[in-house]
Amino acid sequence: MPTSTATIEHLQQQFPELEFSEFRAQTRVVVRSERLTEVIQSLQGDYGFDMLVDVTCVDYLNYRDATDRFGLVYLLSNTDSGERLTVRVFLNEPNLSVPSLVPMFEGANWLEREVYDMFGIDFVGHSDLRRILMPEEFTAHPLRKDYPLQGRGERHNFPTITRDSA
Amino acid sequence: MEQDYLWTLNFGPQHPATHTTLRIVLKLDGERVVDALPDIGYLHSGFEKIGEKLDYNQYVTVTDRMNYISPMANNVAWHHAVETLMGIEITPRCKYVRTIVAELARISDHLLSNGAVGLDVGAFTFFLYGFYQREVIYDIFETLCGARFTNSYTRTGGVMHDITPLVIEKIRNFVRTFPKTLDDMERLLNRNRIFVDRTKGVGVLTKEEAINRSCTGPVARASGVTRDVRKDDPYLAYDELDFNVCCATAGDCFARYLVRMAEMRESLRLVEQAVENLPSGPVDVGIDERTALPSKEMVYKSIEGAIAHFELVMSNRGFETPVEEGYAAIEAPNGELGFYLVGDGSATAYRARCRPPSFIHFAAFPHLIRGHTLSDVVAVLGSLNIIAAELDR
Repeated sequence: MPTSTATIEHLQQQFPELEFSEFRAQTRVVVRSERLTEVIQSLQGDYGFDMLVDVTCVDYLNYRDATDRFGLVYLLSNTDSGERLTVRVFLNEPNLSVPSLVPMFEGANWLEREVYDMFGIDFVGHSDLRRILMPEEFTAHPLRKDYPLQGRGERHNFPTITRDSA
Repeated sequence: MEQDYLWTLNFGPQHPATHTTLRIVLKLDGERVVDALPDIGYLHSGFEKIGEKLDYNQYVTVTDRMNYISPMANNVAWHHAVETLMGIEITPRCKYVRTIVAELARISDHLLSNGAVGLDVGAFTFFLYGFYQREVIYDIFETLCGARFTNSYTRTGGVMHDITPLVIEKIRNFVRTFPKTLDDMERLLNRNRIFVDRTKGVGVLTKEEAINRSCTGPVARASGVTRDVRKDDPYLAYDELDFNVCCATAGDCFARYLVRMAEMRESLRLVEQAVENLPSGPVDVGIDERTALPSKEMVYKSIEGAIAHFELVMSNRGFETPVEEGYAAIEAPNGELGFYLVGDGSATAYRARCRPPSFIHFAAFPHLIRGHTLSDVVAVLGSLNIIAAELDR
């Protein structure tokens, strides 16, 4: 269900710089990364958006008419009224840091770890930001558009350990 | 340091009770779990990267392999997201057909999930009763689309092949014989001293924690969160069918088991209603939408059919999608399964993100298991229904 018009109006009054848009009955809002903590805290506390449905990222490197490289997407939902809201934060290299949402939503813990693992976004304030799906020794960030689908030969270059050297 | 006496046990990737490949490093104080550190990624196959290469109709085969216990539900979820992005309205018959297969997949998933909980705590007969009924469901799916398991049944704008009278007869037989098995299964375990002792009070998730940790589906409903995507954002035929949402308040493993058993009965009611009220008409959208392949007689007898077929099949064409992003979710057996799709005008997604309920529930596992004994690890793991393929994608 899209965010109610009353909520959108209150939010526009409280944070005038937010840009709202709607597509196929889904409300999206673009937030700058400096204001992210404030906006999310206000959404969680005052407007009742208590469930963080998903945290994900899109790499707009090859997208037509793209202005920024990375778009972080936070999907929030209100368990009482059923409203949903999509919060987007745009990031560009070299400052790929966003404040972490773990103090507010415990569910963001693993979701942010996965975005770090796959895209390389640094979440400031995350207690344990390390790779979750790829092995710890992996160096690249696989879901970026400049990383090829078949990888860069990691699967074929495993070190050979013989019986005597192990 | 006082932590020296703690013993580290590796609940390793190969273990019959971990339900597929995941690893937990347990720090034990005797039999009590002091801490649990999950280590996942053994089954990471890059499904999201593959989503940027394959077509919308080809990717449905990959979604089969995510939650492979209920592949029909994943197919329905994927094409629900694609059709929401493209703004296509599917035909009433297609909505009912997809509802039927999604609910049969839900019954199949809950039978395995509860069966695995039973098996891990020692109830082998319960597990086998459930598995026999899963074979009946597999037979229905095989008659419907040729594959028992990785069905890839849905297509953009419709389904692969319409439902036939033979399939409807088999579904009616299933609906007639399944309640007796459910009654037998409940009589085996609901008041069983051993099962209740091993699952009651174990792995308690309170309502506030469930919401804060983004839990959805039976895991959240057993903690008192009364959210069901089928009732809150109705999709397919759910707003025309009559069913209840099953919830509990205890939040422990026993409550999750009871919620799944009750949901199976509700799913059976839904299947029965959908089969009796199946609307007639075409199951794929018309050729104006330019997404579903037209029937062969349309292709050979009319020029619009020939043009539509050409546009879809030739490799430098395919269908057009808006250059926009959107999220759509369904109530999968495990929780809220949604896809965040970024379209870029072509028939291949620019970004296909799967929101995996197993991943999010497994993140809550260390919190649930702290303070319990080693034997409770299997009960909690089974009740969360972690499927490693959905966990790692």
